[in-house]
Parts: sequence; structure tokens; C-alpha cells
Amino acid sequence: MIRARGIEKRYGRRRVLDGVDLGVPAGGFALVTGPNGSGKTTLLRILVGLAAPTRGALLVDVDRARLGYLAHEPLVYRELTALENLDLFGRLYRVPERRERIGMLLERFGLWDARSDRVSLFSRGMAQRLALCRALLHDPDLLVLDEPYAALDEQGASLLDHELAALAGERTFVVSTHDPTRLDRLATGRLALR
Amino acid sequence: MTYLGDVAALTRKDLRVELRARDTLPAMLLFVLSTLVVFHFALPGGTGDDAAYGLLWVAIVFTALLGLARAWVPEQEHGVLDGLVLAPCDRSAIWLGKTLATLAFLVAAQAVALPAFVLFFAPLDSTALAGVLLADIGICAVGSLMAAMAAAGRSRELLLPLLVLPLAIPLIVGGVGAAISPEGERYLLFLLLYDGVFAVLSWASFEYVVTE
Repeated sequence: MIRARGIEKRYGRRRVLDGVDLGVPAGGFALVTGPNGSGKTTLLRILVGLAAPTRGALLVDVDRARLGYLAHEPLVYRELTALENLDLFGRLYRVPERRERIGMLLERFGLWDARSDRVSLFSRGMAQRLALCRALLHDPDLLVLDEPYAALDEQGASLLDHELAALAGERTFVVSTHDPTRLDRLATGRLALR
Repeated sequence: MTYLGDVAALTRKDLRVELRARDTLPAMLLFVLSTLVVFHFALPGGTGDDAAYGLLWVAIVFTALLGLARAWVPEQEHGVLDGLVLAPCDRSAIWLGKTLATLAFLVAAQAVALPAFVLFFAPLDSTALAGVLLADIGICAVGSLMAAMAAAGRSRELLLPLLVLPLAIPLIVGGVGAAISPEGERYLLFLLLYDGVFAVLSWASFEYVVTE
């Protein structure tokens, strides 16, 4: 599903990625690890099409509509409620029976009671849970997750463990993390950036 | 219908965000009214109506700039623009939704400012009002695109006026001409042409502004 060869990314004279190779088959689970500043986020942004590589060949064999992306930031409006945010993105992603799907995801991630609260009132962990709902809303084939455990408490982290375990094998994953031990059992491939 | 549905959803979202945050419209209203008050006292007595129409356009353009500077702030918070760009909808719908919302704020500000102008300065006939509306459309269409470009840069407060003001000059010429010329209708046609050309250019080029 993903084939990247010799990916290089420069910002001015600064080289962020230098000759990165990555292959992820359909149903694969690739773990991207590395210290801060190693280029994990940049690589993930290139994979989803938000940034262009300076050099190298990249093939991501999935339609934009079938791609789910969890970024460092939650990618939701602060002044809208959880429900309004998911309804907007559900409409833009043409999610069938979106109200039912939104309700199910909010329940699953423990946000149902806060569904009518503005995101500006959410804690960082709640915003991360909502971001996960947004990324999963359209039941994507390829999930690109940038530090998905960031800001999650233990309960949120085990909810995510459960969700990833249920989808692993059925969906394709590229996940960046500081803590690879948590996802080691699901991983089918690893890329360590330096 | 899907495209228009996306545009309507995005416009509604902007209006809802503004209704709650109240970041843009109150600032625009306060600015345009205080500018008119300052002009009222600054303009020497006996100055003709033509000078007043010119000052009205100064107030309109800078009020629009104020609204445009805030236009993409909700998308910059929490990186929402990335989420919108990744959605499978036509990316020009994002621009059109933003243009319509900004236009709504500008028209709302003018609904208060224009009666104040009539009270302080000079009457406005239907040709002048049509000129204001057509110029509003042009400013918001071009301005939303330029504001998206400026938002991607580091010094957007400086960049936005530098990008928008040169493009707004034909709109000011058309708007003032519609108000003071005996052949005001010709200026309206000019504004209509400007709106058509620049709306199509902005609509077509938005995708290249928000993707790398």
C-alpha cells in the first residue's frame, strides 16, 4: 500500500529526512520510532500528502477519502462542540449514517457526556480522544497516527490499545511513537529514524 | 449539490464559530464606526461630498482587512486547515465557504456603518450601494485567498495588507466611481467584471495555496 524510496526532505539548508525507505503492505502495521527532531512528523505529513518530499519516490495507494490522519494537533475547531466537529467532518467525508457512527465513536472513546461541550473546554487528553474519533470517523483503510498515545491517561490509552488491536490486520497502519513497547506486538514492520 | 452542501456546511461553521468567539464582527463594527467618527471631525467644514465618499472607501477597505486578518485564525488553531485539506471534498469549497462567511461579516458591519455615514456625511443612492456590495464581493473573494497565503507565512499581519491593498485599488476606483460619477452604472459593470475574473482565479488557485 505504501512504497517510499530515498525520501529526502529539506527546509532551506536543513535536512530533516535523508534517504528514508519504507514499505507497508495492505494490512501491515509499521512503527516509526526515533528521538525528538528525527523527522517522524515530517515523514507522516509526507505520507498523507500534506508535505512534498524534496527528493525520492513515493507511492501511497489509497484514495484521500480512505485515509485517516491523527496529527500532533487535534485538527478540530476549538469553538465548536465535539458533536459539531464530528458532524462537519462526517459531512465532508460523506460518512453514511454519520449520526449513528458519531454517537458510537463518542461512546467508545468516553466522550458522549461531553458531546455538547466546546473543545476549548476540553483537557488535552479529551481533545486527543476527539482527534482519534475524527481520524476513525470514515472507517479509513490507511491510518497514519502521529504519537497517538500523547496526552492520553491510562484509561484512554487502553481504549486505544483495544481499538488498534481490533483494527490491526484489517486496516493498514503507520504509527509514530516514542514508546514502541506498547505497540510492539502489533507491528509488522519498523523504521527507526535518527 | 454535494459541492454546495459542503460550502453551506463550511460557511455555517464559520458563522457559528464567530457567534461563539465574537472575535471578528465586534472588532470590525467598532473600527468602522470609530473611523467614521474620526473622519467626521477631521474633515474640514464645507468639504464636498466627493471627499466623504473617498473616506468611506478608506473605512471599508481597512474594515475588510481587519476581518480578513482574522479569517483563518480558527483554522490555524489546532491545525484544522490540515484536516480540511485532507477531507475528500473539493478544496475550493473551503475557500468559497470562507469567502461567504467573511462577506457576511463585512455586510453586517456595513449595515451599521452605512447609515452612520449617511448621518454624518452624505446620502448614498442605489448605485453607490450596489457599488459597495459588488466591491465587498471582490474584496472578500481575493482577500480570502490572500489571507490564506499570508496565514502560511510568518508575518501575516504585515503580509496581508501588502498582498490585498494593490488588488483592492480597482475596487476602490470602481466603488468611488459608482458613488460620484453620473455614469455610475459603467463603474458597476467594471466591478462586476472584476468580481467575475478574480473570483474564478481565486477559486481555481486556492488548492495550490493550501497544498505544498
